[in-house]
Amino acid sequence: MAVLTMVEAIRQALEQEMERDERVMILGEDVGRLGGVFRATDGLQARFGPARVFDTPLAEAVIAGASVGLAMSGMVPVAEMQFLGFSHQAFHQIADQIARYRFRSQGRYPMQITIRSPFGGGVRTPEMHSDALEAQFVQCPGLKIVMPASAYDAKGLLLAAIRDPDPVLFCEPLRGYRLVKDEVPEGDYTVPFGTARVVREGTDVTLVAWSAAVQLCERAAELAAEENISCRILDLRTLVPLDVEALAHCAEVTGRVVVVHEAPYTGGFGAEVIATIQEEAFYALEAPIARVTAPDTPYPIAGVEEFYIPNEERVLAAVRRTVGTTA
Amino acid sequence: MTKAKATAIPTPFEGGADPDAFRLLDAVGALVEGAVTPLSGDQLLEGFRWMLFSRTLDERAVSLQRQGRIGTYSAVYGQEASVVGVSLALDPARDWIFPQYRETPALLRHGMPLSTLLLYYIGNPVGGRVPDGVLLAPIQISLAAQLPHAVGMALGLKMQGRDGVVVTFVGDGASSEGDFHESLNLAGVVQAPVVFVLQNNGYAISTPRSKQSAATSFAARAEGYGMPGVRVDGNDLLAVYEVAREAVERARTGGGPTLIESQTYRLFPHNTADDATRYVPAEELEARHLEDPIPRLRNYLTAIGVLDDTLEEQMRVAIVEEIAAGVAAAEAHPPPTPGQVFDYAYADFSPRILRQREEIIGNVPKGDA
Repeated sequence: MAVLTMVEAIRQALEQEMERDERVMILGEDVGRLGGVFRATDGLQARFGPARVFDTPLAEAVIAGASVGLAMSGMVPVAEMQFLGFSHQAFHQIADQIARYRFRSQGRYPMQITIRSPFGGGVRTPEMHSDALEAQFVQCPGLKIVMPASAYDAKGLLLAAIRDPDPVLFCEPLRGYRLVKDEVPEGDYTVPFGTARVVREGTDVTLVAWSAAVQLCERAAELAAEENISCRILDLRTLVPLDVEALAHCAEVTGRVVVVHEAPYTGGFGAEVIATIQEEAFYALEAPIARVTAPDTPYPIAGVEEFYIPNEERVLAAVRRTVGTTA
Repeated sequence: MTKAKATAIPTPFEGGADPDAFRLLDAVGALVEGAVTPLSGDQLLEGFRWMLFSRTLDERAVSLQRQGRIGTYSAVYGQEASVVGVSLALDPARDWIFPQYRETPALLRHGMPLSTLLLYYIGNPVGGRVPDGVLLAPIQISLAAQLPHAVGMALGLKMQGRDGVVVTFVGDGASSEGDFHESLNLAGVVQAPVVFVLQNNGYAISTPRSKQSAATSFAARAEGYGMPGVRVDGNDLLAVYEVAREAVERARTGGGPTLIESQTYRLFPHNTADDATRYVPAEELEARHLEDPIPRLRNYLTAIGVLDDTLEEQMRVAIVEEIAAGVAAAEAHPPPTPGQVFDYAYADFSPRILRQREEIIGNVPKGDA
């Protein structure tokens, strides 16, 4: 099986799905001639033409909003927000229009739309590019939120997203585009939403994460192993729908949980994870659940980014604290 | 020290049509010199009937709102020629409308059942369902948000080689939204088969046109988007029809988008929750009533002999009956149920949402059970 980077896996999924379903089209800034600023759509315009791989004017709201009309006309749009940090320019169209169109129209107009967007820090982008805004979109009922951590999942979840009758926000960890490499089948497969993945088995504590934070947890787990702490890692894969059973199971397996995410602390999705676990499996918990997140400050300029994003040391400290509580 | 006193600048009346806007009928309903009617006698009567229908429905709906039988309602009152004129230029079998919320007769002519529309105003979610085969987007409440959708649909029709045209309505106030700019810009770039009908009715709730934009006209903005911009007397059914027909024809034959500024006037407050006496001068309202599009068209139709009092009375009786039947059908619809809070939110529901549904259905407020 071929080892692909995450961006190669995404590109392969797009190409195969456009080949399979002629309704599928791509629109966004620089997606055509350039092949996307991260090359996620490289070569697709040459193959499928400028109408199906459409370079739009620089205008996020109309990229999202035009997708509504395109979907109503029978197309299956895959729109790209060049960076999630700019998606607030389109927030109304995504949150209030796309997400609730099926609901408002009582099923007449389903929105089979995928919005792909890179996000997250660690590659010293200019300001405003890197914000992890996923929790804001979780509060937009009607929308599904997908956050792959591996190349395998990126392809399988993207194919599932494009085929899903509901709109999907598909967040891609931009620092993982080329760093994350794993085996990706050449053929067609989908990864179902709402099924979390156990990345690493362990017995002392479960680290719950999604997207690029999964790799961070893997590194932290290695360090913890040197201290004889056995970490289990759960990758949520999708925040909406949420794999509630897998979260409850964490508490039952390890009794201790640490949640790690790149978004700010207060109101981050980690809070939802913790609330869910205490609802479902409170009596299995042996320690308070810890969270390792970005602070409640704006995403900073590149020179201090490394202090802002959660790192191995902070995850390890939380692991020690959590395990040590009753150890 | 005395405070500087604001200079009292005499304000001209807001709204209404520019003297040089395109028109075929003068203020009293006579054809302007050299004008020829673009509509047949039957089409003229169809247009008049829809205008009368709209006015009668507005009056009925406001009464229903005052009785608490429907919720907040936005009347078309005063803008009938502007809406119906555009509608007459459309083929409901292939052309799409992406409305705002003040285009009721166009929705009905396109195939939206009156009872469904009334259910929307009653507050039943089923009122949001446009029947299958009716080429209509849902009523839009977030201003200008429908414009990107309209451009997307136009792009889709073009990509698929279909000959439909998309018409979308927007107001003078909503044209200040960012979505307006992004949509017209994209439509120009891709030469989308879309017609933007900007109904300039003088007010965005209380904010007058003069405070909405410093542009000489809204139509003038079209140049910046690489499309034709037309100013039309929005209270002249014939003229509105003619500019809409021309724009639809251009879009259908690959000529791209058009911005129509239909200059009209909102004779009723913004909606049933608004009190326009707080901001519309009485003398302005009185003057604008003299430009009411319905008497204007009636004068013309009477003069050319296609309408008389008997025919209009027959129309009115039939309209009142049709509206009564629509109201009765809407009110006979079963009341909404708690489960409708969930219906159609997703194609498939996660166990988490199903649990929320059970919890809501199991705990309805007493008295609603």
